[in-house]
Order: sequence, then C-alpha cells, then structure tokens
Amino acid sequence: MPEHLSVTINDVPVCVARGTTVAAAMLLAEQPSRFSVGGEPRSALCGMGICFECRAMVNGVPHRRTCQIVCEPDMTVATNP
Amino acid sequence: MKPFDILVVGAGIVGSAVARECALLGWRVGVIEGAVPAGGATAAGMGHVVVMDDSPAQLALTAFSRSLWQAESEKLPHSVEYESRGTLWVAADDEEMAEVHSKQATYTRAGVKAEVLNAGGLAKAEPNLRHGLAGALLVPGDGVVYPPAAAGFYLSEARRLGAELFLNRAVSASHGRVILNDGVTLSSERIVLAVGAECDLLPSMPIQKRKGHLIITDRYPGFLHHQLVELGYLKSAHTLIEDSVAFNIQPRQTGQLLIGSSRQYGNEDSAVDAEILRRMMDRAREYMPGLEKLSALRVWTGFRAATDDKLPLIGPAAELADDPSLWLAAGFEGLGITNAPGAARLLVDGMLDRKSEIDAKPFLPARLMEPARLAHA
Repeated sequence: MPEHLSVTINDVPVCVARGTTVAAAMLLAEQPSRFSVGGEPRSALCGMGICFECRAMVNGVPHRRTCQIVCEPDMTVATNP
Repeated sequence: MKPFDILVVGAGIVGSAVARECALLGWRVGVIEGAVPAGGATAAGMGHVVVMDDSPAQLALTAFSRSLWQAESEKLPHSVEYESRGTLWVAADDEEMAEVHSKQATYTRAGVKAEVLNAGGLAKAEPNLRHGLAGALLVPGDGVVYPPAAAGFYLSEARRLGAELFLNRAVSASHGRVILNDGVTLSSERIVLAVGAECDLLPSMPIQKRKGHLIITDRYPGFLHHQLVELGYLKSAHTLIEDSVAFNIQPRQTGQLLIGSSRQYGNEDSAVDAEILRRMMDRAREYMPGLEKLSALRVWTGFRAATDDKLPLIGPAAELADDPSLWLAAGFEGLGITNAPGAARLLVDGMLDRKSEIDAKPFLPARLMEPARLAHA
C-alpha cells in the first residue's frame, strides 16, 4: 500500500499517494487547473509539460505546470484565476 | 478597370484608417495588401494610444489623434480591447521629477489633462514598482488598444462602405497606376503609400527601419493597472545612433503584460537579439522586481518606420517622386497606432484642400527633401 500525504486543493484537504503529480491530484479532486480567456474551465491534457493546459497556482505562484510537479506534504494548490 | 478615386497601398492601421476616411466621403476606394492585413508594424507594436510631447508638432498630432480615439471609443468592437488605462511617466530621481513638472506644464498648455503623483501616490497606484522612485506624471486620458483588431475594424468599415481589397503585392505604384503581381493594373488619380518601413515602391522615401523587441507574459490580472513608461525613455529612445532599451510595460485586458522596449538602427534581421533582450529585461526588473517571478509566453521583434525629425510623412510625395498622383502616409515610428486616425484626417484634408484641425505643415513629406535628391529628381 503506497504511502499517502495531504495537500490542499481550492481550500479542501485531499489525500493522495506519494508520487502523485499536482495535475493528477487536481483531476482526482475534480478541480479545474485554470480558466481560459473565454472563461472555460481547463484541466491537464498532455500530462507531459507541452500543452500548458494544466497551469495552476502552486504555493501562491500562478501558472505552474502542475503535471511537472509532484505533490509534497502541506502543498497549497488553487485553480488559476 | 474603371478608375478608383483613391488607391491605398498597405492595409496596416494607417492605410486602413485612410481607406475608411475616404470611403466615408463616398469615394471609390481600393486597398492593396501584399501580405497579411495589419501583419507588419501594426501587429508588432504595443497599441499604446499616447500623447507625446517631444516636439510641438508631435504633441498636436498625438493629442488630436487621441481625441479621435476617445470620441470613437464607445463604438469600437470589443475585439479592439480599447481601455482608458492612462499613462504613468515614472520618475526615478529628483532630476526626472523636475521633468515631470515641466512635462505637466507642457501638457496642460496643450489642453491635455496631466497630474503629478509623488512617491507615495505612485506606490499606491502601482504597488509592484520598486520602492524609492521619485514620482510620476499621470496622463489619465491615454489608452490601450489591440492594434490588429483596430486596423481590422477600420478596414471592415471601409469595405462595408464599398472599398475593395486586393490581396496582391503592388509591384509598382506611380503616375496614377498600381500594377499588381498578378498582372492587374489599377488606376486612380491618387495613390497613397501607407507602407510603414517598406520603401521598395519609392526608394527615395526618407525612412529607416528601427528594430524593437517586445515580450508578452502569461495572465496576471491585477499585477499592473496603468501603462508605465520610464521618463528616462525620453533620453534613451531619442538617441539616434546607439542601441537603447527603456522600461515600458502595458496591462492587457486578459491580465497579460506587454514588456518593452528596445531601439536599434541598422539591424534589419528580424531574429530576437539575446543581448538586447537581456538588457531590456534587466531594465524592467530594475523598476518592477516582481516581474522576475512571472512567465513570458513569447518574444518578438518588429520594425518602426523612423524619419530623421521623428515626425511622420503625411501629404503629397511631391518632389520626392516628381509624381502628382503619389501621397504618403508613412514613417510613424512608434506612434502609428496613436496617430492613424489623425493622419487619415490630415491626409484627406490635404486632398480636398480643406483646412485641418491642426497645422499639417510639419508633416508634409517635402520637408525631408535632401538637396541632392531634389537635384536628381
């Protein structure tokens, strides 16, 4: 059984397996990564750092590519405004 | 083919504004564009609608043109992204603060509202600027537009009024005839060259290319509220020979930031110059350290059409071409977006022999005739 850790996504604590990417955690939590210029919710598409659809706010820094970041204990993640 | 009342070569923002102005008169207008409409200097620039006071003539033209933008702002489609952001001319030290005061006096005399902010006022207006700046001059009526959409709006208005668009390159334009690269010849008693810095059709046009770089960031809404320009810009941007950079940053409606600026003569290579880009970013970071943490999406270059006296060429080509059918609307350097509507008015006033709202004489192309060229003509 994998070791688990807790991150906060849009103010809600979420428990994920160690090694989970932030993009995967956001998908599990059913939270969009960001909104397009037209106001549509977006989520990870390519999962390999190319498409930029998974950008979200990580520890207060906007537009981080969440598919390239692994969850760490007590990380704060939010949908990019 | 039946003659046109006017043929406009170039569908950038200036050519498109001229086309609309003429179409509004009920003229039969032809617009000729060999590349993508609004795809040259119009697409490369920032879209800052700004009153500039580097000469009395430039002040008159920019203030007049800005008033035309303002008068039309409610009617512009959303895609033009017109926003009355205001410009903050940022003073770094007491010497530049003295300039803020004299600049305010100049603007006020010209009827342009301008307000002095002290250090505290500036910090409050733009919290992401570094501490220790001296203050700024706020020109609240300045605006921001998305230039390709603005040019597209002018062109679509012209076409709605009957103007015809030819997506062909003009291989020659003189003596009432424009020959297109598909062999078609168009005729008109008036031809306007609105060609930015592309002088192939009239090599005697006294225009030089001045290269610039811009950066666009990802979206950071609320990071910046006004267009900021360092006052040192007036010193650095106006040296004619050396390469220069100056801090200039603009908030877009999306929350993106456009960061400039650079000026280079004698470099016609459109590739991004890493050294100039580094200097430009260093300069921007000196003013706004927080930029360090933002992501840039893209960097590009463009070419301003610069003249020796920093004023555009608006009016008959006259002795430059020994061709009474040729008119010019070119050489706007960094002010083509601002000045397009005013230039269109002045040009048409000249064609109709109508009195203009401002003195058109400082912009007449004949002023830049060199004696050698005159003798040659």
